[in-house]
Amino acid sequence: MTDVHQHAAPTRRQMLTRIGLLAGSAGLYQAMTSMGHAMGTDFKGSPDLKGAKKGTRVVILGSGLAGMLAAYELRKAGYAVQIIEYQNRAGGRNITLRGGDVVNELGGYTQKVGFAPGNYINPGPWRIPYHHQGLLHYCQEFGVALEPFVELNHNSYLHSSAMFGGKPVRYRDYASDFTGYTAELLAKAIDQHKLDDVMSKDEREHVGAAMRGWAGLENNGAWVKGVRSSLRRGFERPQGGGIDGEPIPSDLLPRDEIMKSGLWQFMSFHERLDMQTTMFQPVGGMDNIGKGFIKQVHDLITLNCKVTAIHQDDHGVKVSYADMAHGGAMREVEADYCVCTIPLPVLSQLDVQVSGPLKAAISAVPYASSVKLGLEFKRRFWEQDEQIYGGISFTDQPISQISYPSGGIFSKGPGVLLGGYMFGPAAYDFAGMTPEQRVQAGIEQGLKIHPQYREEFSNGVGFAWSRMPWTLGCCSMWSEQARKQHYKALVTMDNRIVLAGEHASYVGCWQEGAILSSLAAITSLHKRAIGAA
Amino acid sequence: MRSYLLAALAVAATAVPVLTAGQAHADSASSVVGRVQPLNTGAAVYEHVCQGCHMPGGKGAAGASSGFPAFAGDGRLQSAGYPVYMVLNGRAGMPWFAGMLSDKQIADVVNYIRTSFGNHFDGTVKPEDVAKMRQPVQMEEQ
Repeated sequence: MTDVHQHAAPTRRQMLTRIGLLAGSAGLYQAMTSMGHAMGTDFKGSPDLKGAKKGTRVVILGSGLAGMLAAYELRKAGYAVQIIEYQNRAGGRNITLRGGDVVNELGGYTQKVGFAPGNYINPGPWRIPYHHQGLLHYCQEFGVALEPFVELNHNSYLHSSAMFGGKPVRYRDYASDFTGYTAELLAKAIDQHKLDDVMSKDEREHVGAAMRGWAGLENNGAWVKGVRSSLRRGFERPQGGGIDGEPIPSDLLPRDEIMKSGLWQFMSFHERLDMQTTMFQPVGGMDNIGKGFIKQVHDLITLNCKVTAIHQDDHGVKVSYADMAHGGAMREVEADYCVCTIPLPVLSQLDVQVSGPLKAAISAVPYASSVKLGLEFKRRFWEQDEQIYGGISFTDQPISQISYPSGGIFSKGPGVLLGGYMFGPAAYDFAGMTPEQRVQAGIEQGLKIHPQYREEFSNGVGFAWSRMPWTLGCCSMWSEQARKQHYKALVTMDNRIVLAGEHASYVGCWQEGAILSSLAAITSLHKRAIGAA
Repeated sequence: MRSYLLAALAVAATAVPVLTAGQAHADSASSVVGRVQPLNTGAAVYEHVCQGCHMPGGKGAAGASSGFPAFAGDGRLQSAGYPVYMVLNGRAGMPWFAGMLSDKQIADVVNYIRTSFGNHFDGTVKPEDVAKMRQPVQMEEQ
């Protein structure tokens, strides 16, 4: 082993230069990241749009985050910008439901949200990874207050209908036992010399020590009922004071059920880069981000415009729309360039004058179906009865999860849970129900985890994204085949038209995708406009 | 996302709910399939998969664009190959179901749509017909 103290320590710059020479720029980037310089995101700061010809007209279709960000940055650069929006509100999928809000969906179903003042549900995006630096940058620039979002809660539940008697178990108990049993097996294999052919004696000792320490095994390598295991999974009778203060250790869950239940996938879930701590949410509802953007560009937005055609030629772009605020009167807007953020399921059905490859790309990316349930209860029983403060319980039932609010913890009065969050088959199924049936199914399934549902339920809302007239789905669903064949065409400026939105990114279904895609789109547009591309 | 498609296949094949490991789709957090409906008939597939968009009774619905097509009297259903292709591969707002539905389920639902809602199109699709039309469509890993 080299004694590092024999040499003068290299400066950080010297070190980086050496790494850069030896490992190339990829190595340099990696080293910089580990030394705290680069960030884990593609965000490179506000775009450089210098040299714009003042007054060049840009029409932006859609006032979600991608559209509003494009408007904000392009106006700052000197462009003459306007946004036209289909809905009677700006913000797009950045949306929050509160008491009094009305949800209209395809098929004519209407829900009026009955939540108490201060309560809300985010039917769309609801959490922000710390490395989504583009979105976080603009939140700070626009003064949007953020607070931690509790993703992982050791005291939440994991529920398998077929294991542990169909009863929910605490995440803490399950995770401790899963880790304990797994480490025990590996420690045992080492002790019984079953791994001698793959590890040297030294390494066997290191791994054995790691297993015992990492999982909290007994000194002999066993995961068994006792004080040590209970210091992870909790005691049958908790540590106390006075004469009865001595704790009683808790029983372990059976190993075969731990493994067979498959609930480990929810441990793995929180380890995904997208779900790692620290996550954030806006204080008071996700739409406070939208409101922050709206404050910057509200004077540029015209609501209630139903786009029917997007045409272009050598001189400019012409967008036709029905002015829904004036009896559907047909109007046109002309501009030099167009940033189109219309969701692809809608855009694919409009008269859009673009090249064949872009047209094909627009039709190649369907949107996933997703359903969220917002359930209000008379009191925060999950906090008061069960000491669950934020986080998520997972279940193998169709509702898939119950998430507890990260805001307003310890407050009195009614509280709102995310009573179900579905993608895939369960989302198709729930979307096909009436709103009342969705809420009813959410209550029935939730009862398996929280019997208090019966007594405490007050009102609920079931939000099905595929029934939203303005998106016809939740967010882009890229197949491997479509990505290979169509992505480049989708994000390449087509004469005077460029697409933006989460669908035009590799960060699909996240707001960060909308931000990064919008910045890429307006950078392309700017280069085209100043004649550099 | 990909994983729930696989899990749905497992359910279809064995009729035993199987919980599989999950890669969630972006912000889905939904790496679990749960107990999916058995979907043993065309009517069941329609109710639990299709009607979320195409509406009860195959009525369809229009939104910011023409929206989701209605099935009653839809001339494009004349050739059974068209709906089979659409269900397998998707197009525009229609997702692909190649990974989620079996050959039999797709044949069942196509036959159901072509003979319901006032439709009386000739010919019956068999699972073998669906099998022949399959081409690879995989959700990309997220």
